[in-house]
Amino acid sequence: MDSSGAPRKLVVVGGGMVAQRFVEALRARDTAGTWQVDVFAEEPRKPYDRVALTKYFEVRDPEELTLGDPALWDDPLVTLHRDCAVTAIDREARTVTDRLGRVHPYDELVLATGSNAAMPPIPGNDLPGVFVYRTIDDVAALRGWVEEKRAAGTTEKGFVKPVRGAVIGGGLLGLEAAGALKALGAEATVIEFGTHLMGVQIDLGGGHALKRLINGKGIGVRPETATKEMKAHRRTGHVGHLDFADGGRLDVDVVVVATGVRPRDELGRASGLAIGERGGVVVDLDCRTEDPNVWAIGEVACIEGRCIGLVAPGYAMAEVVADRLLGGEATFPGADTATKLKLSGVDVASFGDAHGRTEDSMEVVWADPAAGVYKKLVLSDDARTLLGGVFVGDAAPYASLRPMLGSELPGDPGAFLLPEGSGNGAPALELPDDANVCSCNNVTAGQIRGAVTEHACTDVAAVKACTRAGTTCGSCLPLVKKITNTELERAGVTVSNALCEHFELTRAQLFDAVRVADLHTFTEIIGRFGRAAVVADGAEPVASPGRGCDICKPVVASILASLGNGHILSGEQATLQDTNDHVLANLQKDGTYSVVPRMPGGEVTPDGLIVVGQVAKDFGLYTKVTGGQRIDMFGARIEQLPDIWRRLVDAGFESGHAYGKALRTVKSCVGSTWCRYGVQDSVGMAVELELRYRGLRSPHKIKLGVSGCARECAEARGKDVGVIATEKGWNVYVGGNGGFTPRHARLFAEDLTDEELLRTIDRFLMYYVRTADRLQRTAAWIEDIEGGLEGVRQVVMEDSLGIAADLDAAMARHVENYEDEWRAVLEDPEKLRRFSSFVNAPKTADPSLAYVPERGQVRPATEAERASGVVIAGPKLEVRR
Amino acid sequence: MSVTEELPTAGAADGGEVRWERVCLHSDLLPERGAAALLGETQVALFRLADGEVVATQQLDPFSGANVMSRGIVGTRAGVPTVAAPVYKQVYSLETGECLETAGYSPRPGQEPRLVTYPVEVRDGVVHVAVP
Repeated sequence: MDSSGAPRKLVVVGGGMVAQRFVEALRARDTAGTWQVDVFAEEPRKPYDRVALTKYFEVRDPEELTLGDPALWDDPLVTLHRDCAVTAIDREARTVTDRLGRVHPYDELVLATGSNAAMPPIPGNDLPGVFVYRTIDDVAALRGWVEEKRAAGTTEKGFVKPVRGAVIGGGLLGLEAAGALKALGAEATVIEFGTHLMGVQIDLGGGHALKRLINGKGIGVRPETATKEMKAHRRTGHVGHLDFADGGRLDVDVVVVATGVRPRDELGRASGLAIGERGGVVVDLDCRTEDPNVWAIGEVACIEGRCIGLVAPGYAMAEVVADRLLGGEATFPGADTATKLKLSGVDVASFGDAHGRTEDSMEVVWADPAAGVYKKLVLSDDARTLLGGVFVGDAAPYASLRPMLGSELPGDPGAFLLPEGSGNGAPALELPDDANVCSCNNVTAGQIRGAVTEHACTDVAAVKACTRAGTTCGSCLPLVKKITNTELERAGVTVSNALCEHFELTRAQLFDAVRVADLHTFTEIIGRFGRAAVVADGAEPVASPGRGCDICKPVVASILASLGNGHILSGEQATLQDTNDHVLANLQKDGTYSVVPRMPGGEVTPDGLIVVGQVAKDFGLYTKVTGGQRIDMFGARIEQLPDIWRRLVDAGFESGHAYGKALRTVKSCVGSTWCRYGVQDSVGMAVELELRYRGLRSPHKIKLGVSGCARECAEARGKDVGVIATEKGWNVYVGGNGGFTPRHARLFAEDLTDEELLRTIDRFLMYYVRTADRLQRTAAWIEDIEGGLEGVRQVVMEDSLGIAADLDAAMARHVENYEDEWRAVLEDPEKLRRFSSFVNAPKTADPSLAYVPERGQVRPATEAERASGVVIAGPKLEVRR
Repeated sequence: MSVTEELPTAGAADGGEVRWERVCLHSDLLPERGAAALLGETQVALFRLADGEVVATQQLDPFSGANVMSRGIVGTRAGVPTVAAPVYKQVYSLETGECLETAGYSPRPGQEPRLVTYPVEVRDGVVHVAVP
């Protein structure tokens, strides 16, 4: 703050990833409010994750790529000017001018303008259909072009001419772009001038392995090829083919140029700052330019004589300047150019001296061309100190080896490269405290240990929140978890995945245990798998595991139901159920329940509607249409439930399981039977799915949706399983939900037939039921499970675990054994006894219930209304039975 | 349906004037579940534990204000029998009525985070509860 106490003015030019990180770091540390920050961004959106640009094809929602906590931009000390590039800097007056001509003064100025995609001077590079790959707008334009070309190439008979794409440049970005073209359904060929793909990061051997793997994904690769010219198509004038220096030619409909980036240093040049030989604003190791009030960070900064096109060093610079502006002494620690990524499903990683350029260095290589795996370590001349590494096809050793860079490896270096489970396990690595574990956020092993020992973090989530390790690219998370757990054990904290005090196991473990041991009652299960009770201080030790609790009992109830153990209220199972399941209705705030009959696919006959309306009227129930396309009736007292359900069951309705952790609804749009645009019968499919999975008990509620065309009126991508009709069949998306943390479902499989669709969903749901944690929705489960979405896809589509037949059989049993829970209760006097209001007055209504009218219906009276006596009705409201 | 009759006052919590009421048959209660009873104007929750013992608490849930305690899940914590409130899942000791876990909620205005317990006797298969 200046002497008057007002914050000083800080202007940030640029709104990319590094700018976001800089502002975040500054605001986190500037607790005194020293700086008022103005950020000028050229793009019309909040800073987003450019590294994940390809993900845009999957999520199709730019918001999902937004970086960090959006609340940062609501901070009163931060102003983000979007779509508002800075056009001039006056260093003498210490002002910047934005594109609208407004002048903003600054005390300190930070340049974070990043880079532009470089366009090489190839003739024809300005033809329509030639794109670069840098921003969301680039990606959106590319998508639009490919979709247009596909539409133009589709004949009336449905024959589709493939869209042919080429990518010039076989580096990181080029491979990303090739993957993007494939994801858009286009053909892709990568044209690389050098000897092999990703020449900056990996060596020739790795490049060969990578080429084979990329070819296997259906992407062509032409190394050692110079593009001489891009030629227009005779008729359209769009880009039509490429001419190569070697005389070759490639016909194309779209070209992506990804040959590198150029720093956006024009503001620095114009204001007379020193510029590096190959561009970039020259800065010292403190990231300050020759002007003491101007700083440069990220790709625009020329540091140690070069610009670095990676995000991690940019983040390091952001941290340095944030520290300096608050009086610190931080300097740039040197660029960590380690890279790990998944390109079209292929793991590639490199770190340190990947090319073995250190004098007298030696290399240890493990290659399996058949499996498409190449792994190499670069070591000092005594074969002990780790200098670098390259991993293609299997990057598993990367996470633990990269932080050992510059350290001595224990034991035989070759052991680190052998495939997992080859028996010759790698020696355990104890990382030094200064080893950098998370290069994105510059977090060391010591900081992670400190989070446990000094900040009392007790799990990975807490460590992530405390240190930010693993919050950007996530590649270090396995290592973060390992260090955290080792440290917790060292501190005497047992790392517990226990369900509760009665079971040491997780839900998934317990599910397997119960299934394999073929147990059918809670008493057997807790006797066999429960643990001895924890006893309060001073009390006699108890040998028995106790009798369960509100955590484990519903879990066991759900497991028993999923495994098919008859009615959920039969025998001892009844004692395990939460009140909702125990009375097959949803408890509301005043102690009454709501009743939801199933309406598969949201379809209901006029007669059905009349019955529902008449029942609600006769019992004085409040009615509301739910988000799941059915009708909820509120205010039913426990003793009324059987009478209500007798009428509903007689009219052909069944339980809607609105009360259960189970399949809820399959929402649908009206589909091709009525809709002008529908391409498949979405209601028919929704009804079939709902009838198939009704009653399926699961770790949490499950919702499905079916849309009849790509307009997606059923909002299927907000569901655990979303089905969207295509011309050729069905696309299925998984892992969506609304609620507290909304998620869009992600594409799982395309153009399935009806039969394939059912099989896919059968397996997906059954795999989820068996392996998810308690109260874990599908989105969180997919995130947690080994291999993520791709892992689940392999299990479901390719049977990678060899359990598909078992999952199919389990679902077939479920479908076969389904019975309506309510009908079964009505037929059993023993179960009906549970629906009494008072054991000594079974039909007497709870005298404390009170209601007031509102918009033509009733609702529970508030405390104040009860006191003032405006209550219109006690519990007895029904007009007739 | 409740019948008032004379019974010894043994077991009364505060030694004050209590009324023993016959409530139901022991076999009317399901093992490890609760049931509500209406004793005059007082609503009581009865719980039959795994070993057959019957305990009684108030039916009013202090955190929701609804009369629902009998519908909670019965279990144990460190060997102590418990019930979990069905609305917001607070856990209470069935020995003392003490709230062992508030689950992050506060009781309704005017309510204490604990359950009143009532003395219970089972005589000749009939459950009797003492109410003030």
